[in-house]
Amino acid sequence: MAAETLARLSAGLAARQYSSVELTREALSRIDRAQPQLNALVTVTAERALATAAVADRRLASGESGPLTGVPIIHKDIFCTSGVLTTCGSKMLSNFVSPYDATVVSRLGAAGMVMVGKANMDEFAMGSSNETSWFGPVHNPWDLTRVPGGSSGGSAAAVAARLAPLATATDTGGSIRQPAALCGVTGIKPTYGRVSRYGMIAFASSLDQAGVITVSAEDAALTLQAMAGFDARDSTSVDVEVPDYRASLDAPLTGLKVGILKEFFGAGLAPEVEGPVRETLAVLRKLGAVVREVSLPSLPLSVPTYYVVAPAECSSNLARFDGVRYGHRCENPKDLQDLYQRSRAEGFGAEVKRRIMTGTYVLSAGYYDAYYLKAQKVRALINADFIRAFGEVDLLLGPTTPTVAFGLGDKTSDPITMYLNDIYTIGANLAGLPAMSIPCGFAGGLPVGVQLIGPHFGEAKLLNAAHRFQQETDWHLRGPTGYATSFEPGAGPTSGRGEK
Amino acid sequence: MEWETVIGLEIHAQLATRTKIFSGSPTAYGAEPNTQADLVDLGYPGVLPVLNGAAVRMAVQFGLAVGAKVARRSVFARKNYFYPDLPKGYQISQYELPIVAGGHLDVMLEDGSVKRVGITRAHLEEDAGKSLHEGHAGVSAIDLNRAGTPLIEIVSEPDMRSAKEAVAYMKKVHTLVRYLGICDGNMQEGSFRCDANVSIRRKGAEKYGTRAELKNLNSFRFVEKAINHEVGRQIEIMESGGQVKQETRLYDSDRDETRSMRSKEEANDYRYFPDPDLLPVVFDDAFIEAQRAALPELPDQKAARFVTQYGLSAYDAQLLTASSELADYYEQVVAEAPAEPKLAANWVMGDFSAALNKDGIDIGKSRLTAVQLGGLLLRISDDTISGKLAKEVFEVMWADGSNADVVIEARGLKQITDSGAIEKVIDEIIAANPKQLADFRSGKDKLFGFFVGQAMKATGGKANPALLNDLLKKKL
Repeated sequence: MAAETLARLSAGLAARQYSSVELTREALSRIDRAQPQLNALVTVTAERALATAAVADRRLASGESGPLTGVPIIHKDIFCTSGVLTTCGSKMLSNFVSPYDATVVSRLGAAGMVMVGKANMDEFAMGSSNETSWFGPVHNPWDLTRVPGGSSGGSAAAVAARLAPLATATDTGGSIRQPAALCGVTGIKPTYGRVSRYGMIAFASSLDQAGVITVSAEDAALTLQAMAGFDARDSTSVDVEVPDYRASLDAPLTGLKVGILKEFFGAGLAPEVEGPVRETLAVLRKLGAVVREVSLPSLPLSVPTYYVVAPAECSSNLARFDGVRYGHRCENPKDLQDLYQRSRAEGFGAEVKRRIMTGTYVLSAGYYDAYYLKAQKVRALINADFIRAFGEVDLLLGPTTPTVAFGLGDKTSDPITMYLNDIYTIGANLAGLPAMSIPCGFAGGLPVGVQLIGPHFGEAKLLNAAHRFQQETDWHLRGPTGYATSFEPGAGPTSGRGEK
Repeated sequence: MEWETVIGLEIHAQLATRTKIFSGSPTAYGAEPNTQADLVDLGYPGVLPVLNGAAVRMAVQFGLAVGAKVARRSVFARKNYFYPDLPKGYQISQYELPIVAGGHLDVMLEDGSVKRVGITRAHLEEDAGKSLHEGHAGVSAIDLNRAGTPLIEIVSEPDMRSAKEAVAYMKKVHTLVRYLGICDGNMQEGSFRCDANVSIRRKGAEKYGTRAELKNLNSFRFVEKAINHEVGRQIEIMESGGQVKQETRLYDSDRDETRSMRSKEEANDYRYFPDPDLLPVVFDDAFIEAQRAALPELPDQKAARFVTQYGLSAYDAQLLTASSELADYYEQVVAEAPAEPKLAANWVMGDFSAALNKDGIDIGKSRLTAVQLGGLLLRISDDTISGKLAKEVFEVMWADGSNADVVIEARGLKQITDSGAIEKVIDEIIAANPKQLADFRSGKDKLFGFFVGQAMKATGGKANPALLNDLLKKKL
């Protein structure tokens, strides 16, 4: 199977089978071709990418390169990129050119990665379908009438269509894992504090975490290695040593205790999703894992808890977008109040406004205790449930999403239905746990993802389990019809084989 | 009707850190607008605050200095409101868990009595920028240099009963923060400012009246005037049968009046919640004890020492310790002229302080050093010059910075202590004034002063007064 993983491309670059410039040209031409159907990118940085690739080629030639040097990458448009439009999927920032790089961007840049563009996303990462983007929805490459998931829909669709071997993403309530599942790619949300949030436009600060969407768990390990680690600019980043993720990828899973999350297999889980998810257990057992059921009784409270905490933080975090210093400003404001009201009314979309209003309400005098404070208490309970579970098992397993990718427009009229799409992913955010979604099968030609959740700073174990699973399966290597899956610079477009 | 005034103060002291509380921008005053604000201060998308440890240490020192409880765990909270000089749309402050709670200050009043004022809490927060509404045709300008400057907000109990007490308390806090070196105390630059909560109640009543909060009080004088004005306004309302409204009022120093800014109904709901970008600030005992050990001698301790060590009155000791610079100057003078600590106190608080005031000079910039002033006092105590002539010498020293001995020598001001020389002068005066002598001897005692005056005149005031008295008594 000629699927291009980051690891394989990295080996090709090191062996001088092709140059970074050639690889970058290929990525740019794929983006050009796919953009009309997918709308996965907001900005393409062709010129800058080719210049960066040329530098990477010199590094590769001089031997001053690492495994990421010269590999094209797409950054979710939530990460500030110096001198490049950084929109966060919003009209509010549709004119915002960041004067600085996010820590994630600068670390990956220092590792020699070549940014080819910025990925489309739900506005300010608020959404589960990528339909709230000011730049229009992203289409799922497996079925263009369906959503890619969100909020990192552009990142997931781009990797699924192999426009680049990887894309950065962020996850506040499932925004890496849910689109990864719906697009058939691998996504990891690290432990809260594992990767710096500096330069990542804040949605809900206590939940936001940067991660990456890749083809394989091995690729995720390679990328996370460069992204992770303490950053003095982010007080919530944690000064815990970053282990060598790649070194433990092949460790045997003998005796690994995997807990099946009972609460994730109830009503609401589509049978065609449950099937492939349960089949992963057979593979894990075969690899030596011990599987048992685990119950986290407070977990069903995740969604209501999240929809108090996240909007509360967002209502404050988004106050800075006031039309005064940067971003959208209304025409001819007649006074200060008018400047604020119209700039924000025009600059924000409906979902963002809904959350700002919800958040403002739950923090208001007289309601704070009943909502925000109570939600924080429930959050502590959920966290305690997870901690207890990790006293018994090494990893938790369940579906990433209740269904496969749904149709564009299917859920836009009912926010609650949309929110319930994150029912399985939100718990890990509330508890700050690392979690992954990896492809585990298909239902009606659409990818299904299985979710693994680990204890705090348990990324190495997650990646190890995911990697071993991917050594036994090839779900992650399958790509949608009509997009290249193998990389042959100069050979022109190649048509991949889809899962039908 | 007799009314009692009830006042509580909220003092904002700018902490004397080199950089801002959550960013690396400098805090220096007076730079070109918007040149001392980085992306964090400007509230750019994606930036995050990082707490300045120096600001935390200063707040802890303040807490220890007022005998307060320093919280082992305190939490930063966001105070949410929209204003153009508040770039993030929220101010990072502390709300439910401040770093300092429950202290007090003992304040000496003008009559020498001591009043204890409770300190409810002191918390860390960032300052906002400045909105400039004048000098920009039709628009307001924003200067964000001040945004993110560290402040400690010191909230008192409603313990003060007059504007004078409020000012005395504010001065004491001013003294303390400057002793601690945590605030430069510069009120013109806004480094030290206060809001006053003022209410009145019938004398003897237990329940507090409805309060008005007075904003924009940036000098001791304005605090006193604004409170007095506000008390008058409230009494007028109450005595005409009205009710005081809870509201925020702005003091206008040009017109010496307060006017309503916003009523309670219009007050913002700040929607405080813990700032998720910052971890709670947690101390162990060792940290707090290290901060306690690093405290300098505090004003009350210094004043008590001055009383025992130099035999000064409590009131004088209080005045001399009002600033550590003044106290240090005094102690240097005493070191130079150790025999006369009370004389030194009189000179430092008297002629020296008056001269500083007259020329508007800060003590740190005084041309006359403590060693020089001590040198002058030495010449008084060894009878080289009289106290009266010393004032003349001081004037010259103050004007040109010369030493006492040089001035005394150059002007020939040295006191005459040679009894032969004085006797000779007395003899001449007696000889020249036979009538006065006869009158004196016949019982007109008051004429003694005439002879003293004549002798002083003849010696250019240089005759040693005690010696002159003795000799005159003998001769007459």
